[in-house]
Amino acid sequence: MKVMIAGFVAALVIAFLAPVILDQFGWSTAEQYSSESVRLD
Amino acid sequence: MNLKLFSVASFLMVALVFNPAWAQEAPEVDRSATGGAQTLEDIMARQKQLEVDESFRSENLGDPASAPPIRDELGTLGGRSDADVWRGIRYNELDPETQVRGPAVDVLIQDEGMPWLEFREGPLINYGGGAIIGFLVLLVIFYFVRGKIRIEGGPSGKKIERFKAIERFGHWLLAGSFIALALTGLLTLMGRSFLIPVIGHEAFSTLAIGSKWIHNNIAWSFMLGLVLTFCMWVVHNIPNKLDWQWLKAGGGIFSDSHPSAKKFNAGQKIIFWTVMILGVSVSLSGLSLLFPFQLPMFADTFGFINSILGTDFPTALAPHEEMQYANTWHSIVAFLMMLAIIAHIYIGSVGMEGAFDAMGNGQVDLEWARQHHDLWVEEVQARQGKGESS
Ligand code: HEM
Repeated sequence: MKVMIAGFVAALVIAFLAPVILDQFGWSTAEQYSSESVRLD
Repeated sequence: MNLKLFSVASFLMVALVFNPAWAQEAPEVDRSATGGAQTLEDIMARQKQLEVDESFRSENLGDPASAPPIRDELGTLGGRSDADVWRGIRYNELDPETQVRGPAVDVLIQDEGMPWLEFREGPLINYGGGAIIGFLVLLVIFYFVRGKIRIEGGPSGKKIERFKAIERFGHWLLAGSFIALALTGLLTLMGRSFLIPVIGHEAFSTLAIGSKWIHNNIAWSFMLGLVLTFCMWVVHNIPNKLDWQWLKAGGGIFSDSHPSAKKFNAGQKIIFWTVMILGVSVSLSGLSLLFPFQLPMFADTFGFINSILGTDFPTALAPHEEMQYANTWHSIVAFLMMLAIIAHIYIGSVGMEGAFDAMGNGQVDLEWARQHHDLWVEEVQARQGKGESS
């Protein structure tokens, strides 16, 4: 059962990390839809 | 398929519309009362789905050649009125330019969106949802008719290790994320129809935003779980002759017999390959949706299918059409997976005595193992006899 909980927790940890990592690569919608000269934040 | 029929039909319509021979044959409609614009007759004919010669609109795009100077009337539009411009867009006769940056921003009108929406709100919800409810009902009936599959003669009390911790971790990473994806996916598809009327727009909005966040992000856990379990279990899932025997005996489910099996029996191999193949497909179409317009896959897929089967699927797809196909496919595959997984969850929990332990703490009863995986038990014991671990 401990391993089962660990699997669920890992799924959540990955879910929280994913957007942080993707944003590093400039994959946010706002960045996709704006040109170089737009300052987003 | 509806969409295919529609594409063929619209292609034919367009071909007819731009065919001058056809235009001459068409019965003349008197449009003098509207000054050449469409009349009630035209609209009614379209509603009756008659073939209407639309050239009076599609060719009525203004007169850029004699456009007035920029400061004059209609000058800034280059000799076209607003209506001319919109007609041009409607019939794909203009090449629009925009200052908006990003993918697919120059698509202003996209016809295939309607059949997609209608399929999604109609048949997809009805057949998909109906299949799941129907299958759940069948399982409940099965449970009451067949009952729980017991360990014959009861558990022995001795244990044998079935899955190592890392195997169970991979399984629960896959299973936990799949269930989260299934629930949030169903909410995305069906929430509008079933939840908004009950909880209202505001509450649903909050729910939908949270659900979308989960669905988009937990997809990565699912893909990792898929890769992990594939790598760990694929060797045990290569089909062999034994599987045929097992299938012919119906897995012993109805006859109370116990056909021989190694680590995974034929039924489990079917679940394994269903999860792997559909899992990859749902992941690919999901990625295509997660990065809009960046990973179009359907034009190439249709081209490939056409080249093999000689079919006539459309291969020139607008960017949004690519997304619509990805979305439709994503949902169909997801429904198939949910059906398979419901059966799997049933047999791995309430359906069979002693099964859950395999994924619970990894230790199953020796008698359970002998009855369901006799050859695997022999292999493990032979290896242990030689001093190796399972
Ligand atoms: C609460 C939900 C679930 C339960 C109780 C459950 C239970 C189990 C158990 C007990 C086994 C081992 C069977 C054995 O000892 O041979 C197993 C195997 C497996 N599970 Fe699950 N599972 C669940 C959800 C899922 C989900 C959502 C997926 C995939 C999306 C999945 C994929 C698999 C696969 C591929 C195997 C190996 C093949 C097989 O045994 O059929 N499981 N599961």
